[in-house]
Amino acid sequence: MQRGVVVRLVIFSVLTFAALFYLVPTFTGEFPSWWSGFLPTERIHLGLDLQGGSHIVLEVKVDKAVENTLERIKEELRKLLREKAVPLNELDRNQANQIRLKVSAASGDKVRDLLKSEFANLTVVNSQVSSGGVDFLLALNEKELRSLRDATVDQSLETIRNRIDQFGVSEPIIQRQGQQDILVQLPGIQDPERAKEIIGKTALLEFKLLDEAHSAEEAVKNGSPPGTQILYGYAAKGEGGLRTEKVPYLLDARTLMTGEYIADARVRPGSNLGGPYVELILNSGGARLFERVTAENVKRRLAIVLDNRVYSAPVIQERIGGGRASITGTFDMKEARDLAIVLRAGALPAPVEIAEERTVGPSLGSDSIRQGIISFVVGSSLVVLFMMIYYKGAGALADVALIFHILFLLAILAVFKAVLTLPGIAGIVLIAGMAVDANVLINERIREELRLGKSSRAAIEAGYERALPAIIDTNVTTFLSGLILFQFGTGPIKGFAVTLCVGILTTVVTAVYMTRIYYDYRIGARKLTRISI
Amino acid sequence: MELIKPGTNIPFTKYRHIAVVLSTVVNLVVLVVLFTKGPNLGVDFAGGTVVQLRFAQKVSIPEVREALGQLGTGDTVIQDFGQEGSNEFLVRLEKTSVQLGALGEQLRAGLSQRFGSGRFEIRRIESVGPKVGQELRQRGTWSVIAATVMMGVYIWFRFELRFGLGAVIALIHDVLVTIGALMLAHYEFDLTIVAALLTVVGYSVNDTVIVCDRVRENMRKSRREKLEIIINTSINETLSRTIITTGTAILVLVALFLLGGGVIRPFAFALLVGFSSGVYSTIFIASPVILLWERGKRS
Repeated sequence: MQRGVVVRLVIFSVLTFAALFYLVPTFTGEFPSWWSGFLPTERIHLGLDLQGGSHIVLEVKVDKAVENTLERIKEELRKLLREKAVPLNELDRNQANQIRLKVSAASGDKVRDLLKSEFANLTVVNSQVSSGGVDFLLALNEKELRSLRDATVDQSLETIRNRIDQFGVSEPIIQRQGQQDILVQLPGIQDPERAKEIIGKTALLEFKLLDEAHSAEEAVKNGSPPGTQILYGYAAKGEGGLRTEKVPYLLDARTLMTGEYIADARVRPGSNLGGPYVELILNSGGARLFERVTAENVKRRLAIVLDNRVYSAPVIQERIGGGRASITGTFDMKEARDLAIVLRAGALPAPVEIAEERTVGPSLGSDSIRQGIISFVVGSSLVVLFMMIYYKGAGALADVALIFHILFLLAILAVFKAVLTLPGIAGIVLIAGMAVDANVLINERIREELRLGKSSRAAIEAGYERALPAIIDTNVTTFLSGLILFQFGTGPIKGFAVTLCVGILTTVVTAVYMTRIYYDYRIGARKLTRISI
Repeated sequence: MELIKPGTNIPFTKYRHIAVVLSTVVNLVVLVVLFTKGPNLGVDFAGGTVVQLRFAQKVSIPEVREALGQLGTGDTVIQDFGQEGSNEFLVRLEKTSVQLGALGEQLRAGLSQRFGSGRFEIRRIESVGPKVGQELRQRGTWSVIAATVMMGVYIWFRFELRFGLGAVIALIHDVLVTIGALMLAHYEFDLTIVAALLTVVGYSVNDTVIVCDRVRENMRKSRREKLEIIINTSINETLSRTIITTGTAILVLVALFLLGGGVIRPFAFALLVGFSSGVYSTIFIASPVILLWERGKRS
C-alpha cells in the first residue's frame, strides 16, 4: 500500500477508536473506578423535553427595585433636610420614578449644594423657580440605574440559586438570560408547582405595628387613615380550623424591621394549640434591633407580614432579647418547610414573574426517545437501501461513510457534553438523509466522467475534484442557516441547530475524505479496472 | 441505475413564463392570507398555555371540556393528539399559568374530580407570557429574513450577483409556499416551525448552488452559446443530483413525519414541503430570474 493511504487509514482508525471511547459513558450507566481515572466520562445529556423536568424563565421586576431605592432615598433626603433645618414644602415620588422636592426660594441654593455633595447618584432633571419657591425634579442617574438593575437581577439569581439548592434538585441550571430574565432548568423534578412556589416567592418579611386607634373594618369601608395601610391575613375558621377566612388588619405603614437580619429559620413542630411554626434566629444586629423595637412597644400588637400577607399579630408582652422570633399561622408541615427555605435563602430584591414555563413529564420524554429512534432506524435504512440500489458499490461505500458519520457526530456531541433534545434527534435523522448528498454529487460526477470515456482512475480523480466546490458551498449554506438558528433558538431548538452544524462537519469528513481512501487504495494496488457505480 | 438518462434535454426554460405567473399568484395569495387572516400561532408566539393529557380509559373531548370547564379558564380548544386510540389530548388555554396561579394544581383537581385520580396523566405543560411570545415572533421573523439574505450574499460572493438574486427570490418562494402549506394544513406556528423554515432556507439553496456551479462551468466551456441554452443544459445535466439529494432527505422526512410523534410532525411536514418546493424553484424560479436580469442589462 502507498504511504498516503496508510497514513490516512491510521488517522481514521485513531479517530474511530477515540469516538468509540468517548461514546462509552453515554451508553453505559455507571463505570468502574479504573475507567473514570483517566478515560473520558463526558456524555451526551438529555434535554428537559426528553428526560422530563421544568424549564422556567423568570422576569425580574427591576422597576420595583428602582421604586424601592427611590423611596429610600426620598426618606434619607427628608432626614437630611430636617437635620440641616431646611424647611420643606413638598416631597414626593411620582409615577415616572422621579422625586419632586419643593423648598422656599431662600434655601434653593443650599439644597442644590446639598444634593451635589450628599446625593451624587441623583441628577436634577429640572428645577423651576416659581412664586412659591424652588421646584426640583430628581431622578437616579443613568449609571446608577444601570448598576441597580444589574445588581437586582444578580442578587435575585443568587437568592433563587440558594432556594433551589436547599429545595434539593440535582443538576439545576440557573443563569441570567438577556437584560432582566433568569432561566431556571430543573431536570427530573416531581412537583413543579411546589418548586415554582418556592422560586417565585418574594419572601419580603416585615414587622409592622398594628394601628389600634382605628378599627380595621371601618378602614376597609372608608379608606385607611393617613400613614396606615390595610393588609390581610388568614384565620382558621369552623370545626377543626379546616376552612380559612380573610381578615383585614390596619397597620402602621412604617416598617420597623425586615427579614434581612435573619440568620436562620427552622421548622418547629406545633404544640397542641396549633400546627407547626417557623422559628427565626436573628443575627446580632437583628437581635439588638428587635430588642429595642419590642422594648419601645410593650403591650402593642406587632404584625409579622410576609409578602404583604399578615401571618400573625401577637401582643408584645415584654422586651424580647436573645434574637428569636416565630411565625405562626395556619400552615401544614410542607408549607412551613417551604417557608423556612425561602426565609433562610433571603428575600428577592424585587418581585419575579414567570414569563415562560415548559414542563414535561418523564413518560412523554421516554416516548419521544422511542419514536425518535424508530424514525431514525427506518429513515436511515431507507437511505442506505436506496444508495445501494442506485449506486451499487459506490452506494455501499457511501453507506459505510454514513455509519462513521453517525459515530463521529454522536462522539462530538458527547465530548462537548451537548444536550440532546427532541428536535436534536430530528436533526440527527434529517442529517442522515443529507449526509449522502456529497456522495451523490461525487458519484454523479464520476458517472459523467466515465461517459466521456475516461478511465476509472481519471474519472474518480476528476469526480472528487470537480464535485468538491459544490459540496463545500452547499454545506456552508446549510451550516450558516444552522448558526442563525443557534443564535435565535432557545433550549430544544438550539439542540437541533447543534446537531445540524456538527453533523454537516462530520458528513464532509466522512463522505468526501473517508470514501476517497478506499478508491486511492484500489488505484494504488492497481486493482481498479472497473468501478461499481 | 439511472433516474434521468444522460442526454435528457427537457426545455425547462421554455416553461418559465407559466411557472413565474403560477408562482407569483401562489405567493401573492399566501402573502395576502398571511397578512389578513394570519397564521395559526402556537403558544410560543401567541402566548397562552398548552397542556398534553393522557387518559387511562377512552374519553371524549366533551368530557374533557366538562372537567376543565370548572376551572373557568375561558376560551379553551381541545383536540386529539398522538396516535389513534392513545387517548391523548392537547388542550390550549388562552391564559398562562402566571395569570391563573397554580395551573397544574387546578387542572389536576378538576380532572381528578371528574375522572378519578390516577386515571389521567399531565404529560406536558407549556406556558408562555404574551410579552415573550411577541419577542420570539419578531426574532423568528428576522432570523428567517437574515438567513435568506445571507444565502444571497454568499452566492453573490461565490458566483455572481445575478445568481445570488435568483437564489434569494427562489428562497422567498420556498418559504412562502411552506408557510402557505402549513396554513392550509392548519398547523400551528411555533419555534420548531421557525427552525424548519431556517433549515429550508439553508438546504433548498443547495440545488441552486449545484445548478449555478454547472452554469459557470458551461459558460467557460462554450462562451458563444446563448445564456438560455446554457442554463437549460445545466439544469438538465444536474437534474438527477437535484432530485436524488433532495430525495434522500425526503426519505428520512417521511419516516419522521409518520413515526416521529406529534411534536415533530409539523416540523417534518414543513421540511417536506420546503425541500420539494426547493427543487421546483431551482428549476423554474432561480433560472428565469438570472435570465431576466441578463435581458434587463442588455436593453
